[in-house]
Formats: sequence, C-alpha cells, structure tokens
Amino acid sequence: MVDISMEVNGKTVSGSVEGRTLLVQFLREDLRLTGTHVGCDTGQCGACVVHVDGKSVKACNMLAADADGAAVTTIEGMANADGSLGTVQAAFQEHHGLQCGFCTPGMVMTAAALLSENPNPTEAEIRAYLEGNICRCTGYHNIVKAIQAAAAQAQPMAAE
Amino acid sequence: MPKDSGIGASPKRREDVRFLTGKGKYTDDINVHGQAYVHFVRSDVAHGTINGLNLDRAKGMPGVLGIFTGADFAEVGGIPCGWQVTDRHGEAMQEPKHPVLAHGKVRHVGDPYAAVVAETLDQARDAAAEIDADIAELPAVVDMKAALADGSVKVHDDLTSNLCYDWGFVEENREAVDQAIQAAPHVTTLELTNNRLVANPMEPRVAIGEYDGSGGDYTLHTTSQNPHVIRLLMGAFVLGIPEHKLRVVAPDVGGGFGTKIFHYAEEAFCTWAAKAVGRPVKWTSSRSEAFMSDAQGRDHVTKIELAMDNDGKFLALRTDTYANMGAYLSTFASSVPTWLHGTLMAGNYTTPLIYVNVKAVFTNTVPVDAYRGAGRPEATFQLERVIDKAARELGIDPVELRRRNFIQPDQFPYATPVAVEYDTGDYGATMDKLAEIADLSGFEARAAESQARGKLRGLGVNCYIEACGIAPSNLVGQLGARAGLYDAATVRVNATGSISVMVGAHSHGQGHETTFPQVVAEMLGIDEGMIEIVHGDTSKIPFGMGTYGSRSLAVCGSAMVRATEKIINKARKIAAHLMEASEADVEFANGQFSVAGTDKSVAWGDVTLAAYVPHNYPLEDIEPGLEETAFYDPANFTYPAGAYACEVEVDPDTGKVQIMRFAAADDFGNVINPMIVEGQVHGGLAQGIGQALLEGCVYDENGQLITGSYMDYAMPRADDVPFYAVDHSTQTPCTHNPLGVKGCGEAGAIGSPPAVVNAVVDALQRAGKTHVTHIDMPLSPSRVWAAMHA
Repeated sequence: MVDISMEVNGKTVSGSVEGRTLLVQFLREDLRLTGTHVGCDTGQCGACVVHVDGKSVKACNMLAADADGAAVTTIEGMANADGSLGTVQAAFQEHHGLQCGFCTPGMVMTAAALLSENPNPTEAEIRAYLEGNICRCTGYHNIVKAIQAAAAQAQPMAAE
Repeated sequence: MPKDSGIGASPKRREDVRFLTGKGKYTDDINVHGQAYVHFVRSDVAHGTINGLNLDRAKGMPGVLGIFTGADFAEVGGIPCGWQVTDRHGEAMQEPKHPVLAHGKVRHVGDPYAAVVAETLDQARDAAAEIDADIAELPAVVDMKAALADGSVKVHDDLTSNLCYDWGFVEENREAVDQAIQAAPHVTTLELTNNRLVANPMEPRVAIGEYDGSGGDYTLHTTSQNPHVIRLLMGAFVLGIPEHKLRVVAPDVGGGFGTKIFHYAEEAFCTWAAKAVGRPVKWTSSRSEAFMSDAQGRDHVTKIELAMDNDGKFLALRTDTYANMGAYLSTFASSVPTWLHGTLMAGNYTTPLIYVNVKAVFTNTVPVDAYRGAGRPEATFQLERVIDKAARELGIDPVELRRRNFIQPDQFPYATPVAVEYDTGDYGATMDKLAEIADLSGFEARAAESQARGKLRGLGVNCYIEACGIAPSNLVGQLGARAGLYDAATVRVNATGSISVMVGAHSHGQGHETTFPQVVAEMLGIDEGMIEIVHGDTSKIPFGMGTYGSRSLAVCGSAMVRATEKIINKARKIAAHLMEASEADVEFANGQFSVAGTDKSVAWGDVTLAAYVPHNYPLEDIEPGLEETAFYDPANFTYPAGAYACEVEVDPDTGKVQIMRFAAADDFGNVINPMIVEGQVHGGLAQGIGQALLEGCVYDENGQLITGSYMDYAMPRADDVPFYAVDHSTQTPCTHNPLGVKGCGEAGAIGSPPAVVNAVVDALQRAGKTHVTHIDMPLSPSRVWAAMHA
C-alpha cells in the first residue's frame, strides 16, 4: 500500500492505496466524489477528465500514487463559491448541452481546459479539442454551442 | 414571443444542476453497506463445450465469498423473450433457453459461465484468473446464410436448425406481389446490409442485488429504462420472486438507446447471489464487457425490389431480409425485424402491394435486440435507398419521385397494405420545409465551389416514417407480445397544493423531470416549480412499462393527462362545496376556481388544503385526499414522419467523406418543449451519421469480436458531425392521444443513414462514377475509395 496526499477541490486529502489504484478509483471510491465517471477502459471516452495541476487529465489513465502532492480539481469543484453554476456549467444548462449527464462532468472539465488554453476558440478548434470526449446523447451540437457561449461570456472583450 | 412556461416553452432543465455539479446518482455511485463485488468469467471463444471448471485454486484466493457456475442455475429459469413470433407456416418461433450462466456450452464471446463474488473487485478478478476452465472450442457460425445451410454448425443442439422463424408479411399478399413485380414495366433491385451496431450508452450497465432475510425482501438497483418490466421478467420468469417481495430501482441512468430495456443475466445473478452469499452483490460492467454482453443492434442482410410504372408510380414492393438474433433471444429481439420493421415498409408512399419476408437466424454472436429506432431504421434505409436508385434508373429527380408517390393529406387516416393505419401526416409539407431549411436550391452553387477545391459534393434526400407511442395492448397481443404496452401515472396533490407525479416512464436523458411538469402546470394553471416527477423505483411508481419506442409522452404523458383530469374533476367538486355553488357553475382557470357570473372564487391551495383538512368538506359525497391514478392504453401507434437532407464532400484521393450540411424537417405533432425535441433530434442524427460513416460491430469467421473497445469501434466524435439545421414546425397532431403528440426520440437515427449514403452515391455519380449505385455502411474511406475504383 502507498500513502498519498493531495489537494482535491481545495482541500487536503490523504489515503492509503494499492499501487494499481487509479486516480479515478481513489476519487470515486475513497473520497466518494462520484461526479467523475468511468465510461470505458481504454482511455477513449473522457467521462473521467479532471484537472491535475491545471492540466486536463483522464483520471483512468493516471495512478492515484502519481497524483501524490498534486492539486486536483473535479466537477464537484467547478461551481462558484456561492454554490451557483460556474460559467461553463451554466452555459451547458442554458444551451441544453447535456442529456443523460454521464459524459457531462468530463465535457465540462475538458471545455474549461480548452478555454483556459484558448479563450476564443473557433468552432473547428472546439470540435478538435473534444476529440477525447465521447457523448452519445447530444450529437455535440449543443455542447459546441455551450462552449462558444461560455467563451463569449468569459471574454467579453474578445469580440472588440 | 415564446412562452416561458407550460406547453410549448423551453425552460432550462431542472435535472441539469445535479448533473453539472457531480451530484447525479447513477447506479455505480451507490455503495450499499456490506456490499461484495462480482466478476463474471466470460467465454473467450464463440462456441465451445465446457468440459470442466476446476474452482479449487480460485476458492482459496483471498476475499472470495462464493464462486458460481451454470450448474448452480440449472434449476433456475432462463432469461425470457417477451415476444412470440409465429412464422409464415403457422409455427411458433424456435426459442432456446438462455441460462443466467452458461451450462454445458458457451455460445458467444462474452457468454458468462462463472461468477466470482469477493470482498473487493480486485479480489474477485484475481480469483477469477485462477479458475481452470476446460472449454473445448467448437467451430462457430457467424454468417447468417451459412447458418441456414444444410449441415451448418448448430448454435443450439436442441433446436432443429439455426432458423428462429421464417416470417411472411402479409402472407396473403405474397402471390399478388410476385405477379405485380413480374408484370411491372420497371423493377429496381438493391441488395444491402444494415450494419451491426453497439448501442454504447456512455454509462456501462451496473447491478446491485440486496436481500433482507428478515422479511424475504429483495432489492435490485439497475441501469434500466423500465424497472417494472425488469421486476416482472426477473421475478416471475427467472427467480420466482413475487412482485411484493422485489423492489427494482433504476436511479439516474446514463443513456439507454434501447439496450437498457432488456432483462440481463447479470441482474438476475446479483439478485440471486445476494441471498446465496448473504451480502449485497454489486456488478459494474467494464466497457469491454459491454461490447460483448449488451444486446447489439441492426444486423440485417436484405434484398429489396421496387416495381414501378413508366411514370415512377410505385406498384409493388418485395423485400427479403436475414435478421441476426445472435446466440440467444434477447427480451424483444424477435419483434424488431418483424412488427417494428415489416409494418413500416409502406414508408410515406401509396405502394399498394407489399410483401416482407424475414428469416431470423441464430449465430455465435452477442444477442441482437432493439437499438434506437429498432426495425424502423432498417425499413427506412432499404426503402429510401431503393427509391434513390430507382430515381436514377428512371431519370426522375429523387425528390420528385418521392412526391409522386406520397400519401396525400386528404387520404388520412390511411390504411397501408402492411397492417397499420396512419392517423395524420403531411409529407409534402415536411419536404417543402426541408427544401427551405436545407437550401436545396443552393446546392449546385455549393457543389461548384467544392469542385473548385477538388472535392466531390453530393446531395442525399430522403423521407422516413416510424410507428411510435408503443403500443396498443390488444393489437400487440395479437402480434405475439407477452406484455401489455400501456403506461401509468399517479398525480399526488399535497395539502399545500404542491404535486408529486409518479410515472411509469423512465428518464435517462429525455428530460421528463422538466417536460412532464410543463404539461401538468399548463392544465392546472399553477407554477411548474410546484410539480415534481418521481420515476425509476417500483416501490414508488405505479406499474408502467417504461421508456422506449418514443413512447414516454404519447403513452405515459397521456396517462398523466388523464390522472390530472381526474384531479381537476374532484377538485371542482370540493371547490363547489367551499363556494356553496353548483358544480356545474364552477369554472377553473389559472389555478383559480370561480363561480360563473359571480365574484366568488377559491384558489388552488384552498381546495387542496380542504382535501386534506376536511373540516368543511362534503364527506358524504367524496373521499378526503387528492390523489389519482390513470392507466392509458393507446388506441393506435403514432406516426412521426419527416424529410432529411445531407450534403457531403468526398475526397477523391482518399475516399474520406465529410458531412458538410445536415437538415431535418420533422412532424412530431404537437411539441411540449422545443429545446428538448431539438436535442433529441440532434442526438439521433449523430447516431445515424455514426452508423452511416463510422460504426460497425465486426466478428471474424471464428466469431471473435474484432471491435471490442473504443480503440476499434468508431464512435462519432465532435469533429465528425456538423451543426444540424432542424425544424419541427410542420405539426399534424396525433388524433388519438390527448396531447396530440407523436414522439421524437428515434427520428434522427431512423431518417439519417439513407440521407448520408444517398449523398455519397450522388457525389460519386456526379463525378462520373456511374457504376457506383450502392456502398454498404459504414462508408469508411477505404470502402468509398474501393467503390470509386471498382
């Protein structure tokens, strides 16, 4: 067993895990942060995307032990301090960018990572960046619309 | 000005907040105190004899609570099929037993033959690796026509052959259709396949079984579209648990698309094993397991012949289909290629003579059942492809050929030669709307622009019709269904006027928690926020049949309307008493009861409070309380229809197809929430485009599953699809349900595959590749390139 400690959504957490324990297992089973989902076993679907030290990471592709000492943000950490939806979350609701909700946490985390890297992406850039996130419900139309709207809202000066 | 509440409004979805903040409660998010974990040991060969399973070493592994095999289930019921199809000779279909765990033989890759229950999932997996299985591989049969050849390997030794049934529809028309085709001036023939698909809801299946020995009560949490159906099938037919001792809960479910309708062996195992090991038992499917255990979709091989006169008037249609059942009959497998397929072969057209033959075949592959559209995409694809080919052969514009054969608005109700009666429709109107939103008249200019960039542009247009709102119980009973297909709703008005509506429908992406209150709020004139929907728990909801076949609103929504009408009737009586007026004089509007012609009125909350605090109340006439249930059994199917257009660019050097534009003009009847309806269409379109361009479930000749993960099975990604232009302004309301709704969940997946293929063939034809009349899906670059250079 390996003793690990990390910051998750601003709180310091620690645990003792097997070497083979994945970050997503640690988040879901040990911390009971079940918003991060597991949709496949080959690193393709993106339902498990979280941010590790500010970078988007598929939590099924990282050992929990490798996240020792890191700062991790999950979907549970994306709302505003007052509990209201963050910009990307609110845009997904406003534009009906989710249906069953299962891929949604990963989509939101990926979208947030995109906008932090590229605050004013084109439609093609959004679609390309979502390559690692599969949604079976929305046909992507409203996800792309939501991300465009979130970009416009977060960057009110961008159009000028 | 669009409405901001009630019918026709698009309020933001109330379920979104929990999904967007990680607070959704999916089955895998639930851990039950004391739960153990099961790992299923699955066959890695498609066909084999189980000579022996040595469990000794595995049983000694750490944490193991029990290891079970097919022998433990020899006396337990098989997983039942819910639909008996009678073949064209009057014989019942062949129906092999589908054991919970394979016994004696394994029949497809993924067929579970042992299950290890342990303290942790890793321990269960570790122990499973220590099972010494002596399984002798047998030759497998994968190809349907080979499976029907004399001397073929048999999937089930106790059946006479691999033929499940040979279905003719309508059998009495057979000879007349043959004669009409023989005599026709022009016959267009097309042979095609409808590729096997994997439904792939993003949430893999999960089951948690619990047993409380003190009262003999079982609970199953499962990823289901229809918890009451699971309770009935598993309780009555597999495990012998009476309904009152079995609770089935389907909490938040991460997509279904049909594959979560069915009762699965893993559900029965976890429920049974909870008693056997004395602990709750949890199973979470991996995606790899999902590829070899979720029922798959489509997989038809078809020859279709369309007979026409010289003006392109359709005279007769004949179609012969081989439909793959896989190794066992899944819950509704037998109904998909028959009653959900043959009955739609008239399409939107007046073809007077139709004969459909379907041979359903067992093979050593994963079972096949309903997947979004279920039979109707297969009908639409072959019909709309053969019409496109016919148009080219006759030199008639494909849109014009369709228009010449449309059922006209004044012909409704229209009885087709394939046993259904369309209530309403206006196919010319959806085609007109399509021309507008797809800018069909601008195509040539866009094609020229593509050509200038070295790309081949093509346009594909087609129509579709579907039978939804499944279904009238007396009709489907005659057709072999072993269940009724009504639905139910209970409207519970609380003392302060808030309302809980318990519904048999299940929401797994459709947004019922938002849309159903819109209907009740409109009827009662109260705020939507006062109404909440309860679904997914057999201990809370009335017996309803769940969500599939675009039925939730048309069937369950109608039950909810009827129950709400009962509420209004009773509330009116209470209001009349409170106002000392005659019931006939009481009017109800905007949440206010009033006496006509006076200033007397009582508010909704006054009446509901009186119902529960009946101090001043007509107790001699009516009971206290305000709660009503209605069961609704539809009089007919509903018939959504529409016209779709796809524009593609083909790269002549590589054969790669890019969707440039996609437009969908649908007639769903009345629409409750336009935002949700459009979202449903978007999702269906992506699945249809996925089928046409990317997806295909492939087995090799030994029955090995080649596409067993997302590494090999190509799911549509964001950059595979465009923004879609969708329209639902053509509305011919359904005449037989109280909301006038038709259903929108499957349309996109039904109507889009032929549009894509028609467009690609058009692009190649325009480029002079006149030998290309069809390419089988998925239209991968290699297939398109090969067709171009054939």
